[in-house]
Amino acid sequence: MPLLTYLEAIRQGIWEEMERDPSVFLLGEDIGAYGGAFKVTAGMLERFGEERVIDTPICESAIVGAAVGAALMGMRPVAEMQFMDFISCGFDQIVNMAAKIHYRWGAAVPLVVRGPSGAGVHGGPFHSQSNEMWFVHTPGLKVVAPATAYDAKGLIKASIRDNNPVIFFEHKFLYRRIKEEVPSEEYVVPLGKAVIRREGTDIAVITYSAMVWTALEAADVLARDGVSLEVVDLRTLLPYDEQCVLASVRKCSKVILLHEDTMIGGMAGELAAVIAGKAFEGLDGPIVRVTAPDTPVPFSPPLEARFLPSVEKVVEAARQLASY
Amino acid sequence: MAQARPAKGRRETPVPDAHTLERMLYYLKLTREAEVRIDQVLYRQGKIVGGVYVGRGQEAIGVGSSIQLMQGDIVLPSHRDFSSFLIRGFTLREIFCNWMGRANGPTRGRDNTLHIGDIKRGVIPIISHLGDTCPVACGVAMVLKRRGNGNVALVHFGEGTTSRGDVHEAMNMAAVMKLPVIFICNNNAYAYSTPTEKQYAVKDLAVRGAAYGMPGVKVDGNDVLAVYSIVGEAIARARTGGGPSFVECKTFRMTGHSAHDAAEYVPEQLFTQWKKKDPIPRLEKALLAKKILGAKRIKELEEEIKQQIDDAVAYAEASPLPDSATCTEGVYCSDQCWWSNPPAE
Repeated sequence: MPLLTYLEAIRQGIWEEMERDPSVFLLGEDIGAYGGAFKVTAGMLERFGEERVIDTPICESAIVGAAVGAALMGMRPVAEMQFMDFISCGFDQIVNMAAKIHYRWGAAVPLVVRGPSGAGVHGGPFHSQSNEMWFVHTPGLKVVAPATAYDAKGLIKASIRDNNPVIFFEHKFLYRRIKEEVPSEEYVVPLGKAVIRREGTDIAVITYSAMVWTALEAADVLARDGVSLEVVDLRTLLPYDEQCVLASVRKCSKVILLHEDTMIGGMAGELAAVIAGKAFEGLDGPIVRVTAPDTPVPFSPPLEARFLPSVEKVVEAARQLASY
Repeated sequence: MAQARPAKGRRETPVPDAHTLERMLYYLKLTREAEVRIDQVLYRQGKIVGGVYVGRGQEAIGVGSSIQLMQGDIVLPSHRDFSSFLIRGFTLREIFCNWMGRANGPTRGRDNTLHIGDIKRGVIPIISHLGDTCPVACGVAMVLKRRGNGNVALVHFGEGTTSRGDVHEAMNMAAVMKLPVIFICNNNAYAYSTPTEKQYAVKDLAVRGAAYGMPGVKVDGNDVLAVYSIVGEAIARARTGGGPSFVECKTFRMTGHSAHDAAEYVPEQLFTQWKKKDPIPRLEKALLAKKILGAKRIKELEEEIKQQIDDAVAYAEASPLPDSATCTEGVYCSDQCWWSNPPAE
């Protein structure tokens, strides 16, 4: 199997879908000749031409709005946000136009809005956000956040094939740091299905995106102390795999909810409510959240390091919870 | 429907034939009467809940534009372009069912007023965030352009909406990409209570066309023949690869913003002045003078219209309200799509 980075896996996934289905096309800023700010779409203009790899002016609202119009006409647009931070400029088109059309009048809106999110590269407050929850709170959208190269490819393919608007959060810290063997034969990873990344018995860590790797490292550290972590990678945040989450919690009896996003209104809070409501009798300790603090993402390295949940923070939280 | 795609480079001013002229008068009168029934009868009787927005006085814009659309064209009307829905094939029964929140309306009670759409009939509805349909029209036009059948997208919005960024982004994108979109501004002088001098600082919005690199033309929006002609030129241009145009239709909102708004902020003499420019008697007189239609035929049309509206209202009133259990259906499009199974009546 070929070794692919997380970024190459996304590129390959999009590429394969464009080869397979002529209704798939790309639009965004600097995605054509330049190949995108992170080069996700490098080579696509040469292969697919200007009609299918469309460089737009700087206009996130028009990019998303045009994707909606094209989707209504039977196409499958994939819109790039140069950074997911800039999705705020297209927010209205996503949450009010795209998300509500099917519920309001039954038309399918098969589109993907994708781009790099997340911190760890000293991008500062406007190139580092984990803003997935803006969309998880919007019925009608699907929200995806892969952690591995295999999943990144399989999930982008599933997102492009889905008949609903999908917001696809790539993690820029993982783009070139994750390299895995990815099958060259056809596969998709279904939306809405979590996966157990590591089996364990003492504490379930429910997480997604880059924090999956943090959780796995913490699990290695804790294993030496005899504490067994189970790591659940949600992969899709909306709709998320409630069954998998509850099964893991019931199995381990203790749970840490981990994400890079800030705490208030984060995915952890939602999961905590569901766990408390549906698996209360299976809990042997408090539901613990490990998240970023409720601040913007700071720029300077020591501040950013303090902001990000780390292996140490997860280990510390797990030790406390294990002794509860 | 007529065949799309005129010969390349053709740009003559379109002239409506007698049949089209009769249809224009019919749709003007039908729109006027249907909206009068909605805001002056059904709303007051409490049979329509929620907001009620009509396009009284500005019916000529929707009629003069949409009447020239061909199969495969797409219109994205504003909330004051009732006629566009009728011309594109929505029935009065469907529309009244929607106004009354019935289960068998096109939105099955999910959305109100004229928020109704159907791609097969070439209509994409607004959302209340006016201006959002302008970028959507660009995406539609990208696909139409690529298909190469000479089809166009018409998008309507008010002068208040032109202050929104989405209109700017869309007009710029359409011009850069030479998309077959016609941006039609229904300039009815008031955005809710805000007059034009508090909305923008130019005399005519039409000048903005030049700023984007597209033709910008103003037209008397109460003259259906003038609208037909100017919008027709823009359509012909778009069909033959000439790109987008901006048409500013000057008109006047002869009501408040909505049925609950008495429009006391509008000087009375403006209503008096604009009443004289009412688009319906203008066309009617012209057709009578040119003997295109006789008084008898007009009377027949009016009777037909009244009957159609009576029928649609009765039908809607007899139609069921949605089953509350359907509230959670259809959020996602899926293989077992709720929308593909018509509700039981």
